[in-house]
Amino acid sequence: MRLTFFGRLRDAIGADVIDCSIPANIVDSEALRTWIGQEYPALLDPNVRIALDDVLTAGPAPIAGVAEAAFLPPVSGG
Amino acid sequence: MSFLSPDPIDPVALLDVFTRAADGAGAIVSFTGVVRGEDGVELLWLDHHPHLTEQAIGEVAGEAKRRFALDALTVVHRIGSVAPGEPIVFVAAAARHRRAAFDAVDHVMDRLKTDVPLWKRETSADGTSWIEARPEDHHDRARWERKA
Repeated sequence: MRLTFFGRLRDAIGADVIDCSIPANIVDSEALRTWIGQEYPALLDPNVRIALDDVLTAGPAPIAGVAEAAFLPPVSGG
Repeated sequence: MSFLSPDPIDPVALLDVFTRAADGAGAIVSFTGVVRGEDGVELLWLDHHPHLTEQAIGEVAGEAKRRFALDALTVVHRIGSVAPGEPIVFVAAAARHRRAAFDAVDHVMDRLKTDVPLWKRETSADGTSWIEARPEDHHDRARWERKA
């Protein structure tokens, strides 16, 4: 799966893209957050939203068949 | 018409095009946001999501058009590097009467600050720092929930 990072997460992670293999027991977006968050604690912040294949999630969403998970910190446009 | 621009935007030209297209509207209101050069800010860089940012701006514009019964609305937001003094956002609304046009532009700006995936990074002599929406921005956004 491809993981992408935006805003301040680019600096917190030190990359804007990571390609990785997800363990079989990780089945939803929140489990993914917890798993990758062990390596990158910035992703554990509940204000960081997750989009699966360009669809924003609200709570755990299945990751089966998903190619990309994007991690979006609080925004600051305008 | 709403879009993201990686290139500098010209608010005067945008308003000219918008005004010609909004022929028949009784009121046209526009807003231009400009990068401030205070606190030693040398450059702003706007990060965006390749799909969700434009989609979110479209949703904000669509809601405003319906809610304020607009004849037309345009939202143009810069992405990439923007220098102090340069426009960062342009919003224009056309309606039968002025109140709807003023409210629509105000509403769109409040939502751009809190609901659209855009992230500002400031560069100054001290280094770089990421900006997040302030509590006032969320308060401004919430005003429209109470009015709805």
